[in-house]
Amino acid sequence: MGSTNSTLLKIPNVEVLMRETGFSPAHIIRLHDRFKALDKEGRGYLCPQDFGAIKELAMNPIGDRIIGAFFSPGKETVDFHTFVKILAHFRPVDKDRPKEPNSPEPINSRSNKLKFAFQLYDQDKDGKISRDELLKVLRAMLGMQVTEEQLESIADRTIQEADLDRDDAISFEEFRKSLEKVNIDHKMSIRFLR
Amino acid sequence: MESYLFPFDSLICMLLGISFTVWFTLLLVFIIVPAIFGVSFGIRRLYMKSLIKLFEVRALAELQDPARTQPLCSPPQWCFKRLAWATLRMERGAKEKNQHLYKPYSNGIIAKEPASLEQEIQEMRRGGAEPEFDMSDIFYFCRRGVESIVDDEVTKRFTAEELESWNLLTRSNYNFHHISTRLTVLWGVGVLIRYGFLLPLRVTLAFTGVGLLVVLTSIVGLFPNGRMKNYLSDKVHLMCYRICVRALTAIITYHDSENKPKNGGICVANHTSPIDVIILASDGCYAMVGQVHGGLMGVIQRAMVKACPHIWFERSEVKDRHLVAKRLSDHVADTTKLPILIFPEGTCINNTSVMMFKKGSFEIGCTVYPVAIKYDPRFGDAFWNSSKFGMVNYLLHMMSSWAIVCSVWYLPPMSRMEEEDAVQFANRVKAAIARKGGLADLLWDGGLKRGKVKEVFKEEQQKLYSKREPETSADAVRPKTGPFLNLLRL
Repeated sequence: MGSTNSTLLKIPNVEVLMRETGFSPAHIIRLHDRFKALDKEGRGYLCPQDFGAIKELAMNPIGDRIIGAFFSPGKETVDFHTFVKILAHFRPVDKDRPKEPNSPEPINSRSNKLKFAFQLYDQDKDGKISRDELLKVLRAMLGMQVTEEQLESIADRTIQEADLDRDDAISFEEFRKSLEKVNIDHKMSIRFLR
Repeated sequence: MESYLFPFDSLICMLLGISFTVWFTLLLVFIIVPAIFGVSFGIRRLYMKSLIKLFEVRALAELQDPARTQPLCSPPQWCFKRLAWATLRMERGAKEKNQHLYKPYSNGIIAKEPASLEQEIQEMRRGGAEPEFDMSDIFYFCRRGVESIVDDEVTKRFTAEELESWNLLTRSNYNFHHISTRLTVLWGVGVLIRYGFLLPLRVTLAFTGVGLLVVLTSIVGLFPNGRMKNYLSDKVHLMCYRICVRALTAIITYHDSENKPKNGGICVANHTSPIDVIILASDGCYAMVGQVHGGLMGVIQRAMVKACPHIWFERSEVKDRHLVAKRLSDHVADTTKLPILIFPEGTCINNTSVMMFKKGSFEIGCTVYPVAIKYDPRFGDAFWNSSKFGMVNYLLHMMSSWAIVCSVWYLPPMSRMEEEDAVQFANRVKAAIARKGGLADLLWDGGLKRGKVKEVFKEEQQKLYSKREPETSADAVRPKTGPFLNLLRL
């Protein structure tokens, strides 16, 4: 049926991609267009500078961290599959999905969304958010507006409340527990239109 | 052999001769003479009405096509009535609905929350005695960041608008695929008409128009300065611009002509393409501002300046803001000189929004006459994407479109008030233009098309977020209110 199918055919393993991420063919095509638009030199992959060219992202206090989330450790490029898989984290949770016992957890589950947010804090990927890492994020979000002492007191208070095993760092479980009551689906979802 | 080709030869010559004569007579009678006198036979409007009928038929056909890829942003009840959207709704002036009005025509993948940072943080803080910072605060920034990766407001403005229904120009439909033979044939016929008939006609007219402009303004320049010269120069300029308007088959509707700019003022308008100049100048006389160019442009500029004072800057002078401001003020102070025409955005925007106005023209302190220009994208996309197409390519595109249909609104004059500074005044004017033209009012800088975001904007985000943190010490910084604060309409 013309260009619809032909674009899909150009993307390798698109069936697998759709199954894993839950995006519809129309979404994949749109994302592919977006990927191509970002990939100005047409190399077939994106590098950090391509993301950096997005103005709104450059203005975001944690823009660099978000960009970093797309690149696995050691890799300098993002191909289309990885691009879509990361974006799949932000799909709204599928409420009526049947619970198949053997299938892997969908990328946009509550738990995976939390993991994504966790890695924004935990830049050295040791599985814990140390006081230092928390301070770094606070500094990025608050900048020059708050003094260093205030930042430290905020960090201390946050760790005090969340840290249950008293190791002066927040593990993923503690992170998850402290956000029990928060509506993650609402906050960490982007409404992809039909 | 040769003997019987001879009469054939002369027959062809005769036919060619006759058709040329007929062609030129028609041209003269139907186009050039009305242009001189500023009257119209209404041929172009008739043409526009028939095109609309044609597109509606096409839209129905597309609606019935099961393989059609729906544009992702359209609401489920897309109905073909929306095709009648453009000019009518706009003219009724949907004010609040500015943003929503353009959703069907935007290239949106996602529905963005209109809630601002302030509203979201207030939601987070609900519940009284809670800590000032929460681990979940990062979600807001994270989501916004990813939203902008998927679809951002700025890049969108610099690519041509996508139309929901096809107007038989492949360049405006990214979903083009073979629906039926009938439609493809229709498209083929369209191509023939546009390139075989309309394009040569328009190119001829364009050359005539420009040629006449150069020649006649030079002649007028020989007259001594005085009322006669001004009168003649006005007439000559108007006539040549009108010919150019017909060269583009531009169908323009002027609204509120009682607010037309007067001498000693500055006219500001939103910028979509170089054609804006022709559109405005065919209805009134303005002094143009611009850089001196070489080549054909330079010839035109030099000729124009002989007839009446335009402001052309050398490349070196452009950098010197004081010099620029001084020349503009001097011109404005002299009430015998025509109003200056300026496009404060500084670059071409794709006509879905109005971007930040540069404050230079608003510092001069005279009356500002805002003008809103809105093109109807169904007939031809007038936006010039200067990074994608060169000038000649662009003009070719323009001349091979169906038509350029646009509306021009003359807004009532505005002056800077006592408490305002230039930036606030600029924003006020911009908001008025955006409202009238039905465009989204953005505070983004058009210069972002090419440059990087300034650090100061990031700081403003941080300031707003931190405003919610209660000040525990006396010397905490109070964020400055002012024009930047409403930047956070992200």
